[in-house]
Amino acid sequence: MAMTSPAEAPSQALARAELEAQLHYGPLVPEPYRVAAARHETEDVVTLTLEPLDAPVADALPGQFNMLTAFGVGEAAISVSGTEDGGRIDHTVRAVGQVSRALCSSRPGSVVGVRGPFGTHWGVDELAGKDALVIAGGIGLAPLRMGVSQLAADPASGGARHLVVLIGARTPNQIVFAEDLRRWRDLGTDVEVTVDAAGPEWGGPVGVVTGLLDTVAFDPAGTVALVCGPEVMIRFSARALVDRGVSPERIRISLERNMQCGVGLCGHCQLGPLLLCRDGPVVDYAGAVPQLLVQHER
Amino acid sequence: MPESIAELVANHPLFAGLPGDTAELVAGCARNVAFEPGELLIVEGEPADTLYLLRRGRVALEVRSPAKGAMVIDTLAPGQVLGWSWLFPPYRWSFDARALDPVGVVSVDATCLRSKAEADPAFGYELMKRLGAVILQRLQATRLRLLDLYGNDVAG
Amino acid sequence: MPLGDAVVIDRDGLDQLISGLTTRGYRVLGPVVRQGAIALGEVNSSEDLPEGWHDTQAPGSYRLEHTDDSALFAWAVGQHSIKADVFPSRSVVWRAQVTDGTVRLEETRDDAPSAALVGVRPCELAALEVLDRVMGTSSGDPLYKRRRAGLVVVAECGTPSGTCFCTSMGTGPAATGAFDLALTELLDSGGQRFLVTIGSEQGAEVLADVETRVADDTDFSARAAVLEHANSHMGRRLATDDLPGLLARNLEHPRWDDVAERCLACGNCTLVCPTCFCSTVEDTTTIDGTVERHRSWSSCFDLGHSYMSGGPVRSSTRSRYRQWMTHKLSTWWDQFGSSGCVGCGRCITWCPVGIDITEEAVAIRAGEAGSKSVDAERG
Repeated sequence: MAMTSPAEAPSQALARAELEAQLHYGPLVPEPYRVAAARHETEDVVTLTLEPLDAPVADALPGQFNMLTAFGVGEAAISVSGTEDGGRIDHTVRAVGQVSRALCSSRPGSVVGVRGPFGTHWGVDELAGKDALVIAGGIGLAPLRMGVSQLAADPASGGARHLVVLIGARTPNQIVFAEDLRRWRDLGTDVEVTVDAAGPEWGGPVGVVTGLLDTVAFDPAGTVALVCGPEVMIRFSARALVDRGVSPERIRISLERNMQCGVGLCGHCQLGPLLLCRDGPVVDYAGAVPQLLVQHER
Repeated sequence: MPESIAELVANHPLFAGLPGDTAELVAGCARNVAFEPGELLIVEGEPADTLYLLRRGRVALEVRSPAKGAMVIDTLAPGQVLGWSWLFPPYRWSFDARALDPVGVVSVDATCLRSKAEADPAFGYELMKRLGAVILQRLQATRLRLLDLYGNDVAG
Repeated sequence: MPLGDAVVIDRDGLDQLISGLTTRGYRVLGPVVRQGAIALGEVNSSEDLPEGWHDTQAPGSYRLEHTDDSALFAWAVGQHSIKADVFPSRSVVWRAQVTDGTVRLEETRDDAPSAALVGVRPCELAALEVLDRVMGTSSGDPLYKRRRAGLVVVAECGTPSGTCFCTSMGTGPAATGAFDLALTELLDSGGQRFLVTIGSEQGAEVLADVETRVADDTDFSARAAVLEHANSHMGRRLATDDLPGLLARNLEHPRWDDVAERCLACGNCTLVCPTCFCSTVEDTTTIDGTVERHRSWSSCFDLGHSYMSGGPVRSSTRSRYRQWMTHKLSTWWDQFGSSGCVGCGRCITWCPVGIDITEEAVAIRAGEAGSKSVDAERG
C-alpha cells in the first residue's frame, strides 16, 4: 500500500486513501484456515496442521511466527513449526492461556484465523555448508524445527557441514518431535537430549542442557549457534557458549513478549529499542541484548 | 569496643579455627559493609569480585524471568557464605542476590584474596578446602530439591 | 495562489473559510470549550471557537478563564488531542460470521466524511507526523491513513502555557511540516485579522471563496512578533542533545526509584499524549455467531500491558515509568527514526502528582556521573 509520507500535504493523499478504504483491511484481518490434523506431542502440547480455506498466507521462513485466531476467544503469536504442500502450515502450541488452550483443543474440521508471517528468521539459508549448533529448551524446539530439518540435510541441498542439536526437557515424556529427532540422527546430525529428572529406564543424560556442551565436538570459532527456550535458559546457554569461545555476534536467540498486532502498531512487544514482532523474535545476542535481558524489567 | 575486621573474619564459621595471622591476611582484603532490605549485593552478569561473609540478616539468591519476575533459588543466613564465581574465570555473577533484612557482611575483595592464595599455597589450599566443603554441602542440598519430592510425579 | 504565498483574512473571512469547508463536504472539527477545557468538537463558524478564553497550566494544574477580548487562539492545548480523530479510542477491526466449519469475514468500513481540522496547533501537527511513521506506513493502519487524509488548517501559537516546550523539540511555535493552510492570529492596531500561509493546492482552492488581501510587510512583522513572543515565553525547556543516549546509558539511575515513589501509574500521561499509540485488542462473540475484534487505546502503565503467560514483565511502577519515558525520548528514535515527544506539555499538566518529564531529564543528566550502568557482555 502506498504511504502517506509526512512530506506530502494531507489533502493530496485523499483520493488514494479513499481507494485504500475499499480494499481489504490489510494486515490486521486474518485468513480463514481449517484444522486438518491435531497431534498431541505431550499432554499439553499440540501440533496443529492448518490448510487454507481461501487465500493462503505467504510461506514462513524458519523462526517466523503467525498470529492464530481462535474465533471468539482471541489471538496468539505461535511460531511456525513446519510447512507442507498445498500451503499447509504446522503450529506447535502449548496450552498456557485462554487462546492457546482453545487452539490446543481445536478438532480437525474447525476453523481458525491466520495472519502472517511476521518477524525475523534464523537465517538458515546462510548456514548452508557451515557449522551450526542448536540449543533448544522445552517447547523452544518448535520454532527451531524447520531450521534444523533444513540444516540436517546434505550440504549440497542447503544443509550444514556439521550440525549439533542439544535439547533439554523436563522429563522424558515431555520430549517433543521424537520422530524428527530420529530422522535427524539418521541424517548424521549429533542430537543429544537431556532431562531435568528421570527414572532409571531413561538411560540418557540428566542435567542442564548447557552441561551437554562438554560432551559434543564443535568448533567454537566457526560455529553459529541458534538458541530457543525459556529466557533464563537462553541467558545461561548464551553465556556458556561465550565462555567456550563462541562470539556473541554468532549467537542467535529467539525472544518472546506480549504480541498482539504482529505489525509494530500496538506497542506491546517492545523490549527497549526493539519491537519484537518486527525486529525479532530472532535477534543477535551481542550488543544491547544482554543488557535488555537483565535490566529492562526490574 | 567494636571488633576489628580480623576479629570479624576469625569469628565467621568459614574461617573458624584459623590462626590469627591468617585472619589478618584475609582482613587485609576485607571491609565491613551494610545493605538495606531490598538492595542487591550481586547482579547477574556483572563482574564477580567479592566473597561475602554474612554476619547479620538474610540474603535471597534469585534469577529473573520476564513474566515470573524474581524467582528465589536459595536463601542464605548469618554465618553462611555468598558468592563463589570469583574463584574461576570468567569471574562473572550467574545470579542476583538481594538483602531480605538489614544485612551486615564482611566483604572480601576477590582479586586481593586470589593473589594472596597464589602467593601462599598453604593458605590457598586451606581456603579451597573450606570453600569446597560449603559448595559440596550446597550441591547435595540442591540435588535433593531437583527430585521435586513433594510433587506428584518424580520421573517420566 | 502559489504555495508559500500568504494572504490576510478578517473574522468574516474566517467564517467564509469554515462554511466553505462545510460546503465541500468536510466534517469541520476544531477547538471548542467543553467542561472547562479546550476540547476537539464540531465547528460551524468562528463563534464556536474559544473566543476570549485563556489558560493557565502548571504541573498537575489546568485552569481556563474567560475574558472579554476577541482572541480566538490565545490558549495552549488542553487534554484532548487530534489523535482521537485519526486514531479513535475504540474501533472494530473486523467482523466475522462463524458457523459450523465456516467463517465469513467482513470488512469494516469507515464511512465518516473526511475531516477538516481547523485550529491545529503546530505541536499537534508535529504529533500527527510522528504518528505517520508509526501507523501511516505501508504496513500501517488503514483507518488511520484514511482519517489522516483530511484537511489541516494550523493555528500558529502566540501564547504558550506554563508547561509548553515546543521550541526545545523543534515543533513550534511556527507551523512546520505539511499543512494545507496555517493561520496566525494578529490582534493589534490593525484590528483582528489572520495571516494565512498557503501550504497546498487544496488549501489554496478552499481560499477561492474567501475574501482575502495580499499580506504586506506590516502583517509579516506582526506575525514575527507573535512568534517571538511565544518563543520567549515558553513554560519549559528540554535539553535534547544526546538525550536518547543519556537515557540509554542510565537505565539504573537512582532517579527512577525517586519518580516511582511519586508516580501513581494512572496512565493519564499516555491518555493525553498526542503520540502515544499503544492499543489492545479484544475479541467478542454474540449468540448469533458474530465475532468482532475490537481495538482500543491501552497504556504501558497498565499492569497487563506487558503480560506474558505467567505474569506481567514490567510489574513495578519504576519499570513502567522508565519504559514510558525512555520510549518517548530515546527508543522511539530506534523504532521510528524520530523523537516521540513534541513538547506539548500535556503529560506535565495532566499528571495528578505533577511529574514533569523535563525535570526528570534534568535530574538524570545531572546525576549521570554517579549512576551505575551495567557493561555489555564481554565476550
